[in-house]
Amino acid sequence: MLNEIFTHFIRFIILVAVQVLVINNIELGRFINPFIYVLFIITLPFETPKGVLLLCAFLIGITIDLFSDTAGMHAAACVFMAYIRPTVLKISSPRDGYEFGAKPTIQYLGIPWFVSYAGMLILAHHLVLFYIEVFRFNEFFSTLLRVLISSFFTLLLVIFSQYLFQSKKEESR
Amino acid sequence: MRNLVLFIWKHYFFFLFLLLEVFCFYLIVQNNYYQRASIINSANALSANVLKTSSGVEEYFYLKNENEILAAENASLRSRSKASFSSTVDDEHVVNDTTYHQKYIYTSAKVVNNSTNRRNNFLTLNKGSNQGIQKNMAVITSTGVIGQVKEVSENFCSVMSLLHSKSTISSKIKKDGSYGPLSWNGEDFRYATLNDIPTHVLLKQGDTIVTSAYSLTFPENMLIGTVESFEKENGKYFYTIKVKLLTDFKRLTYVYIVKNIQKDEQETLEMKSQIDKE
Repeated sequence: MLNEIFTHFIRFIILVAVQVLVINNIELGRFINPFIYVLFIITLPFETPKGVLLLCAFLIGITIDLFSDTAGMHAAACVFMAYIRPTVLKISSPRDGYEFGAKPTIQYLGIPWFVSYAGMLILAHHLVLFYIEVFRFNEFFSTLLRVLISSFFTLLLVIFSQYLFQSKKEESR
Repeated sequence: MRNLVLFIWKHYFFFLFLLLEVFCFYLIVQNNYYQRASIINSANALSANVLKTSSGVEEYFYLKNENEILAAENASLRSRSKASFSSTVDDEHVVNDTTYHQKYIYTSAKVVNNSTNRRNNFLTLNKGSNQGIQKNMAVITSTGVIGQVKEVSENFCSVMSLLHSKSTISSKIKKDGSYGPLSWNGEDFRYATLNDIPTHVLLKQGDTIVTSAYSLTFPENMLIGTVESFEKENGKYFYTIKVKLLTDFKRLTYVYIVKNIQKDEQETLEMKSQIDKE
């Protein structure tokens, strides 16, 4: 248990570092701003108490805000994402429910499940984030386009990083 | 009362969610509208230092380009210095010092964090209150206007870039002085929009846009950009002008912070006349 908390803590730091030091500096055009750090919230274990889930999400959001002058925008989006996570898990659960000891990753539950689960969460996160950032509706469609394209790229990065960092676990299983 | 507590306890997930969201929005609103000192910005010690190290590495990639700009600027300054003018009437050359008094003080600063791809962009600079930087000072480079200082900590300041939905700069067409507000529509970091230029002005592509004298923050005649295209909207007597910014916001490394010495005086005077009117 302690070990697992430690793993998530390390993951937290690495994801924030990657987001702030690398991804925020890569500019792929004005429509593409991927936010890889949401992987942290996506991969928290199924059994995480709901309250802890919200607080974790708030914590990583506010940390990102600290580094990018957005004062609460990322935190708001992350908290919303964490709030709908239990519902999304329920919607996308397999017919027999989740296996005991399974984790919300590609390795345990396969690509199609992961894409629909992570896709929904990422889309929710980006929707909230970009609309809060713009804070008006007269740029509705250009914002929507940004949301969709950025979500797509975040999802790609998230899937890619799953293969990159979790291959060892797969071998030991 | 007991029932209320039970109810909240039963739905604690929802209420915790609500509480956190309200707190987030409080932060956002406070940061955006009231311009108060907020804790969560990149001028604080921890994040500023991390970003400083990161930009220290990044800086090396821009050295060559930056050197060229500095050399060009040096050259143009040198050509304006007194030593490069020869007096026509040697005997009668008198410099009357009371004719000019200094209005602006420039401080150079390094950009330690920068963004261009968001709707509201900010920069962090490595000068703060210890170096005499205050809120609302102007930030420029030799090629144009950058933004306004928004938050100051001891050794860093956070700058609201021109590329921000609430940045408006009073600017004018250099050749005839007609002025209007310049803002950024959030689409492309290379272009800004200038409004309210009356249609009788004869515009051409490539006309220079500079800051007007009506701004308390920015010195007059600072370069901003050139006219890229312009159109008259139906039923209006004003042009909407697409301005190509001369500064490449993606490659900022060194900038100047400008202090207007006479700002307080002017502000107090204007306040006073406002009050008298009422």
